Formats: sequence, C-alpha cells, structure tokens
Amino acid sequence: MGLLAFFRRAQPTANVAKERLRIIVAQERTTRGGPDYLPTLRRELLEVIRKYINVDPDAVQMNLEKEDGHEVLEFTVALPEKSKA
Amino acid sequence: MAEIIVVTSGKGGVGKTTTSASVACGLARRGKKVAVIDFDIGLRNLDLIMGCERRVVYDFVNVIQGDCTLKQALIKDKRIDSLFVLAASQTRDKEALSMEGVRKVFDELIADGFEYIICDSPAGIEKGAHLAMYYADRAIVVVNPEVSSVRDSDRILGLLSSKTQKAEKGDGKVQEHLLLTRYSPRRVATGEMMSVGDVKEILGLDVIGVIPESPDVLSASNAGTPVILNEQSDVSKAYEDSVARLLGDTLPLRFLDEPKKGFLARMFGG
Repeated sequence: MGLLAFFRRAQPTANVAKERLRIIVAQERTTRGGPDYLPTLRRELLEVIRKYINVDPDAVQMNLEKEDGHEVLEFTVALPEKSKA
Repeated sequence: MAEIIVVTSGKGGVGKTTTSASVACGLARRGKKVAVIDFDIGLRNLDLIMGCERRVVYDFVNVIQGDCTLKQALIKDKRIDSLFVLAASQTRDKEALSMEGVRKVFDELIADGFEYIICDSPAGIEKGAHLAMYYADRAIVVVNPEVSSVRDSDRILGLLSSKTQKAEKGDGKVQEHLLLTRYSPRRVATGEMMSVGDVKEILGLDVIGVIPESPDVLSASNAGTPVILNEQSDVSKAYEDSVARLLGDTLPLRFLDEPKKGFLARMFGG
C-alpha cells in the first residue's frame, strides 16, 4: 500500500455483497429442483399482475413445496401500500 | 476402493485447473496412485499447468473412440512416479464425450489400481461439466470470495445434488467441499472482501482449504510446475493442508490473517 492509497481507502463493500448473495441464493434455492418453467411462469404472471397493479418485481414470491405425495405451488404478491387497484 | 473427485465451480477462471493439478500432485506425493483428467473438450489446458503439453500424443476422446489404449494416452508425470495425466481433446465436437465412454475409462483406471481420479471440470453447466461431476464420490467446489463466483457455486451445488449418479440412483450423496482461492486477508480485514466465514455461511458447506492470493500461482503456470511443488510458497502450504484434510486430517485454516508489516512498509509500500 503506497502513501496515496493509505489515505484513499477502498470502500468496505463486503457486507453489501454478503447481503445481496444471501437474498439471491435463498431465492434461487426455492426454485431449485422444480420444473424448468417456473422462472418463465413467474415472469409472465408478474406481467399480468402489472397490467392492473403497479407492483415491484420483488413483490412476487414463489414457493414450491413438496409435502408427502403432493406438491404445492404457492404465490405471494405483496401489494403496494397505497394501492388504488 | 478408488475415489472419484470432481473439481468444479460453474464460473471460469477461479482456479479449477490450478487446484486439480495441485491436489493431484499432493495426493500422488503421499504415495497414492492418481490420474488427473481434463474434461474441458476443445479447450485443453491441464497439460500446460502440469507442464506436459509437448508429450500429449493421444487424448481422452481418442481413448473413448478406441483410437488408442488408455495406457497409450496416460501421460506419466516426470516428477512424481504415481501421477498420470489424461489430456482433453482439442476437437470442437463436444459430443465426443459420452456417459458410457467416461464410465469405461474410469472402470479401466480403477481396475489398473488407481486410487484417485481427479476430474478437472470445464466452466459452465453444459455437457462437459455434467460428465465431469456425474460419477463423482466427492466434489471440490472452487470459489472466489466474489459475488458471481459464489452464486455460480451455489448453482453447481444444486446440480451436484440432482444431476449426478449418486443423486439419480438415490445412492447416498456426493460429498461436497468448498475451496476458496485468491483470498486476500488484507482486503478482508478492511471490509473490501467477503471472509471465509461469509462465504461458508451463504453456501452452507465445510471449507477444505483457503488459498491466499499470490503471484506464485502465475509463476507456477508460466513454468508448467503445479504450484504445490513450490514449497516456499504459502499457496503450496495451503494446498498441502487441503490435501491432508481431503485425506481426513483435522487442521486449522492458515493464512487467514494479514502478515504483520512495519510502519515504514505500510506507508511506502512493500
């Protein structure tokens, strides 16, 4: 580390990296092992919802759960706070 | 019983081939009979890192297609008696590798007394990567403490738990290990780089080794000498530790802290 670099320290961004990864990895793990159409289904559903309500892309959560013998595909859409629908 | 170990990562350029070469050398130096195989069809590189590029006559695809025997294609390492390299083919036809062909080569290696088969996976999640991991007993997932590498590694972990023989036949689980490369303790200390603990927490896997960032890796590949053979280097010591852990030793992780520097060295670089 030279004299200049000593005064011009790089930003501590590791926390940001860790937080972003924690979220995306968790999200990708929920669709792992599921059918390949899930990401497309999620995107197309989001498009339909956005025709009526202006929701965030993050506002649609999708979960595929396997319970003995049957699978449950669960969608959760968080509506914006001042939604006039 | 022979063990098949895949060295994989998803992302390119994180150190799969460097790791394959060093782990293979480390195991062979402990007296194990080892074959290290390049699965990167069309982009052969393990031969360069191992320093045997001018001795490649036949390759993996030649063996599978019956152009030569396995013995003719195995390149005996000049430094370690029990170490052999099987080069990738430079053909552009990626379909040249087949599941049955790979199985046949593995069976012949095992019958010939090989104790470890190290599979150097290509980057990506295409056919070569799939074949490299398919028959694995264990996987070393090489990861840099950097967002895209960590995410790709998680993707690979998903494939290891679904697209391998063990997963498909319900015959146990591929044993997975994390190996961090290009680790910079200084940048971790200043909060610029994720720590071993961070990566371990995100991926939820045990860490078999942490390889410090070092110019020795480039020098080793320039020379065609696997970096583990440069015994002065911390990188070599870190790989030696990883090999020992692979064989079941419990060792604390080393080189996680920045070497202490004097005040002048810190101010004026060094």
